[in-house]
Amino acid sequence: MGLTSSSTGSNLLNKELMNIQKKCDFTVAFAGNPNVGKSTIFNSLTGMHQHTGNWPGKTVSNASGICNYNNRDYLLVDIPGTYSLMSNSQEEEIARDYICFGKPDATVIILDATCIERNLNLVFQTMEITKNIIVCVNLLDEAKKKKIEINLEKLETLLGVPVVGTIARKRRTLKNLLNVIEQVCTKKRHLEPNCITYLPAIEDAILLLTGEVNKITPQDFKYINRWICLKLLDDDQKIIQSIEKALHISLHSDKIIQKQNDARKNFTKIDLDSNNIKDDIVSSIMKKSEDVAKQVCTFKNKEYNLRNKKIDKILTSKKFGIPIMVAFLGIIFWITIVGANYPSQLLSSLFNILQEKLLALFYFLRVPTFITELLINGMYKTLAWVISVMLPPMAIFFPLFTLLEDLGYLPRIAFNLDNYFKKACTSGKQALTMCMGFGCNACGVVGTRIIDSPRERLIAMLTNAFVPCNGRFPLLITISTIFIGSYFTGMTSSIVSTLCVLLVILIGIFLTLIISKILSKTVLKGFPSSFILELPPYRKPQVGKVLVRSLLDRTLFVLGRAISVAAPVGIVIWLFANITIGNVSILTYIANFLDPFAKLMGIDGYILSAFILGIPANEIVLPIILMSYLATGSLVDIDNTFAIGEILKQNGWTLLTGINVMIFTLLHFPCGTTLISIKKESGSLKWTLFAFVLPTICGIILCMLTTGVWNLII
Amino acid sequence: MTLYELPLNEVGIVKDINCIGNIRRRLLDLGLIKGTPIIPILKSPSGDPTAFEIRKTIIALRKEDSKLIDLK
Ligand SMILES: Nc1nc2c(ncn2[C@@H]2O[C@H](COP(=O)(O)OP(=O)(O)OP(=O)(O)O)[C@@H](O)[C@H]2O)c(=O)[nH]1
Ligand SMILES: [Mg+2]
Repeated sequence: MGLTSSSTGSNLLNKELMNIQKKCDFTVAFAGNPNVGKSTIFNSLTGMHQHTGNWPGKTVSNASGICNYNNRDYLLVDIPGTYSLMSNSQEEEIARDYICFGKPDATVIILDATCIERNLNLVFQTMEITKNIIVCVNLLDEAKKKKIEINLEKLETLLGVPVVGTIARKRRTLKNLLNVIEQVCTKKRHLEPNCITYLPAIEDAILLLTGEVNKITPQDFKYINRWICLKLLDDDQKIIQSIEKALHISLHSDKIIQKQNDARKNFTKIDLDSNNIKDDIVSSIMKKSEDVAKQVCTFKNKEYNLRNKKIDKILTSKKFGIPIMVAFLGIIFWITIVGANYPSQLLSSLFNILQEKLLALFYFLRVPTFITELLINGMYKTLAWVISVMLPPMAIFFPLFTLLEDLGYLPRIAFNLDNYFKKACTSGKQALTMCMGFGCNACGVVGTRIIDSPRERLIAMLTNAFVPCNGRFPLLITISTIFIGSYFTGMTSSIVSTLCVLLVILIGIFLTLIISKILSKTVLKGFPSSFILELPPYRKPQVGKVLVRSLLDRTLFVLGRAISVAAPVGIVIWLFANITIGNVSILTYIANFLDPFAKLMGIDGYILSAFILGIPANEIVLPIILMSYLATGSLVDIDNTFAIGEILKQNGWTLLTGINVMIFTLLHFPCGTTLISIKKESGSLKWTLFAFVLPTICGIILCMLTTGVWNLII
Repeated sequence: MTLYELPLNEVGIVKDINCIGNIRRRLLDLGLIKGTPIIPILKSPSGDPTAFEIRKTIIALRKEDSKLIDLK
């Protein structure tokens, strides 16, 4: 979660990477099942900050970083997690193509020590496409806790490739891994992977084909001949095509087709269903993995999973499952609301003091009044508001949410909500991307890559903005504190504000489901596909590290946006507010133009223009609103929510305005970054436009409805 | 008997996987092949999906899919 991950695009074989690769001495790929700690190890070795989280599918695009060890530069590549290399889902293709055709000097396959058996599957598959494998058994601390013992030496003998044990969170355990990487890259260590032997009939068929294949494969790809034969027997056209493309050869020559048919005829002779060769291949690999795992793992405690199961029983129970989920969310909001107050006030006072000093300085330097006002009233104030009002809630909410994520709770949310998503004809994994949306909608959109069905993926993308992102929370929080919380005092006030924000979120989730359903019945017709999700074991989050890291991440991110977006927008607004045509400022012109329409929605033209100007970054909407109200007036110090409330009320805000602004905050066009991500991910301008229009129309209709009903009753 | 009918916390042995296409591939990738022991351990609040223990990992499946898996 978060926009700071540097990587985009899914093609690992791109030019940029190739260029860095040339500069480094060696390239090392990190592969493995999802959620085994690849990114954690990658981060630790490269000093980078790829996002990690306790759920399968956290990393969806590649990242690369450089690690220096013993004066050699290693380019490390973090590959999205995959369960296998045989299917044709996007991430598996990325992984397969990179390991096979990208020719890294070594491929480190990371295993989860607590389920070696399933993980070995991938090791044996990878052995068929590259020889230079290092097996890294990670999460040894978790295994120890569960009293699972693993004989690493024996594993090494059985596999024929180097095996190292690590605990990704403890840096020093990675030293050994680096050593082995060095040995393999510099060819100091000879590897003899023990590949799978298949059923005799399949082995015979491979022999039959191998001669022809060997004639055409390039010299440095001889190792994968056997694998190519397997794919030919399996007749997996998609993989065959990617082999042809990468190696510039044709596997559709008459001779090969002839042999292929011969092999298949032999299969029918011995009653082997040639359409299901893949099943036999998979079974052989799985059986071998089972066999190896049995030899190297000892389970000292049969009930190793008991605690995990007990927690799961409660968190997914019929009675408490959903209420606990809502409660978790509520507690997070409450902490955010209460906690944000103090830093917010502190920051405001600091900004006020600094403002005095700046004014004095400008006066001393005899800066013209116009420039002073432009810079202080326009730029500085907007910047100060974004940082003092918007930043604290964002910087508090984000780490708390990351903690839940690290704990492993997110997949349980998906598990609990799947049935609702199924009724909406979509995938339960949409719950995961929706949760990511709470952090940042753009990340939620990119995260939809974990959804296999293109139809369901598109729906998840289009509806992601129906949950408010981190940049919109502060606005929701401020408005609900001013217009609803203020009816109460003390603790009750913050609790009521929390409930109010919670209600808005629940409406957002509810609408996500309804709109998904409507889309599934109209423009994106289709039935729900399957839902297969792994629920990883709960892991103790690294509380300190997570808090510091994500706090820092968020703060830097918001500061960056404040400077790059809020400051220029502040200047523009101030100019708009102070340049007059006739007797009326440009801003008033625009606001007056939008006003009749805005009135129908129960808000005013200034608010609507603020939302439009806030497209680059949602957190600047409130500062723009305040700016528009104050730009022509004298300087006003705003040091708490109460003062903001006064300004809003003086400018005609009522409870109804507050409610409508909250609705429109939840439901309006996604921010610029999100739109760009949608364009990239869907590859279609049409759908991007649709993603823009869809929530906006919902917002407008809902606001008008509320206003209509309100006016009828009151 | 199908996997869907297997009561919570009882061990079943997979006999046949009748799913097709992508889902079938995914299940095979997760180590669900003929002869694999499988235990239903959790039901979601609304009764579907169900989470199963397969090869020391926990995997959630919808009932449409678990109905297609035959047990011995
Ligand atoms: N206790 C413990 N936790 C670990 C270890 N390695 C990783 N983790 C945790 O496991 C979780 C998953 O780690 P990631 O690095 O995100 O896993 P990944 O393999 O990159 O996952 P995907 O990107 O989803 O494929 C995180 O919460 C890590 O903090 C370890 O050795 N011990
Ligand atoms: Mg990762």
